[in-house]
Amino acid sequence: MSVDQATVRRIAHLARVAVTEEEVPHLQGELNAILAFVEQLDEVDVSGVEPMTSVTPMVMKKRQDAVTDGGIADIIVGNAPMTEDHYFMVPKVVE
Amino acid sequence: MTDLTDLTLAEARDALKAKQASSTEITGAFLKAMEAARGLNAYVLETPEQALAMAKASDEKLARGQGGALEGLPLGIKDLYATKGVRTTAGSNILCNFVPAYESTVTSQLWRDGAVMLGKLNNDEFAMGSSNETSAFGPVSSPWRREGSNAALVPGGSSGGSSSAVAARLCLGATATDTGGSIRQPAAFTGTVGIKPTYGRCSRWGIVAFASSLDQAGPIARTVRDNAILLRSMAGHDPKDTTSVDIAVPDYEAAVGRSIKGMKIGIPKEYRVDGMPAEIEALWGKGAEWLKAAGAELVDVSLPHTKYALPAYYIVAPAEASSNLARYDGVRYGLRVPGKDIQEMYEKTRAAGFGKEVRRRIMIGAYVLSAGYYDAYYVKAQKIRTLIKRDFEEVYAQGVHAILTPATPSAAFGIGEKGGADPVEMYLNDVFTVTVNMAGLPGIAVPAGLSSEGLPLGLQLIGRPFDEETLFSVAEVIEQAAGRTRLPDAWW
Repeated sequence: MSVDQATVRRIAHLARVAVTEEEVPHLQGELNAILAFVEQLDEVDVSGVEPMTSVTPMVMKKRQDAVTDGGIADIIVGNAPMTEDHYFMVPKVVE
Repeated sequence: MTDLTDLTLAEARDALKAKQASSTEITGAFLKAMEAARGLNAYVLETPEQALAMAKASDEKLARGQGGALEGLPLGIKDLYATKGVRTTAGSNILCNFVPAYESTVTSQLWRDGAVMLGKLNNDEFAMGSSNETSAFGPVSSPWRREGSNAALVPGGSSGGSSSAVAARLCLGATATDTGGSIRQPAAFTGTVGIKPTYGRCSRWGIVAFASSLDQAGPIARTVRDNAILLRSMAGHDPKDTTSVDIAVPDYEAAVGRSIKGMKIGIPKEYRVDGMPAEIEALWGKGAEWLKAAGAELVDVSLPHTKYALPAYYIVAPAEASSNLARYDGVRYGLRVPGKDIQEMYEKTRAAGFGKEVRRRIMIGAYVLSAGYYDAYYVKAQKIRTLIKRDFEEVYAQGVHAILTPATPSAAFGIGEKGGADPVEMYLNDVFTVTVNMAGLPGIAVPAGLSSEGLPLGLQLIGRPFDEETLFSVAEVIEQAAGRTRLPDAWW
């Protein structure tokens, strides 16, 4: 499988990465090189094989559903580019 | 006493215990060496004040006859590990101003045991790379150069700052991380030792995530023994990482020097790849002979799905990366580039904040996870991962204790030499290491000789799950037989 330029733009949008028109042909070439490389997997017969979900056999650990931390709003927003009253500020989303 | 920076970690530890040197002296010697080696670009942040304060506290403990297993020993920390109050960037512009309010579990265990932090080490951006050329801070140079040449060589990657700093004697040891070979390949390129422990052995909490089912923390240091000492402090169960395993951490150092007589060492025929340089093949054969001479039994084994590990990795790892890196959106931390609406803000922020390789990988990841392609790519790759793991299980079921392979398909290459036109050219560096991540196994790279150009070459040992001890025992036999690599004299 290979991707065309429209697909490159669509993937970039899915990944939320702005791309310029000049970048599209380069990306197309690079992505197609990677996709061509992974194509050799088609040689492998995987019928009846379970996909791996956990590399080490282990039971999912659980804990009490209880509050164990909190009251640190200053710290939580400490690295944010824009905040107000412990809220993260973003451009208006709903008109 | 010789130059304090020439000591191994174990020697420095013993010198501190015997009061032949103080941590302040050793730390001071490394800080001076770091200042003189800035041209290598191994450190992205030096923390001399913190280092000297920690060293002083250690000296006070040592004077009272107290102190932990790493008391007073100065280390470098890969910039993928969150360090409280100390800028942590993962080598990315998107985190250029990020100062964590918390400490990663692994580093907190190092400080618990008395280690001293010298600073933060360069790495490929988000650990995506095999040459440390994708870092937002620029490439790292290896202290090694080809005989008769001044051309700058890569120190491997992604833990290139770690491997360069250890080889250039800018720290006693360093933390590193390994998703597809990022500890073992840089160790092999620089004549140092690095171990990727079994998946689940070290907590991933507080380490910037790349591909969560593959990422694992581990050390790079100058000797097998130094690795054993460091891993004991780094490993252990952490309730904050549900994939960390609740089993006891052995005294790894006790395994160093243990006899390997009667052990079965597997030699996998699939690692004899097309176009493998003769000197790599010869090194591998020499390694096998050393182990045989030490009493091990060599057995030919087969890992039939080896060649599919790398292509499957380049589906699984980007898929997980695209999901992990979704958090960098310019809202909660990191870089923000304004846009006319939130959508444009996300897209501009991520275009400006991520470098080329990272953008490429998250796009591949988004593609293989997208509707209509998920089964053809992602599910298929996970099935192949099952087959890769099964290959190893079958070999270990035959009573094999460890598997010997080359660590890399070549010696270190020059900065700017690879991957310019075709990204796959760079990816092929990890052909021998990536199977280990796909199967969640432990693997160690140990120097075994020099190339015809005078550059270090390493061998890899792959172990059974949670049997890092055997790797330390076997690796030390290779280290002894090969003779300790003489690290390059300072030209920098």
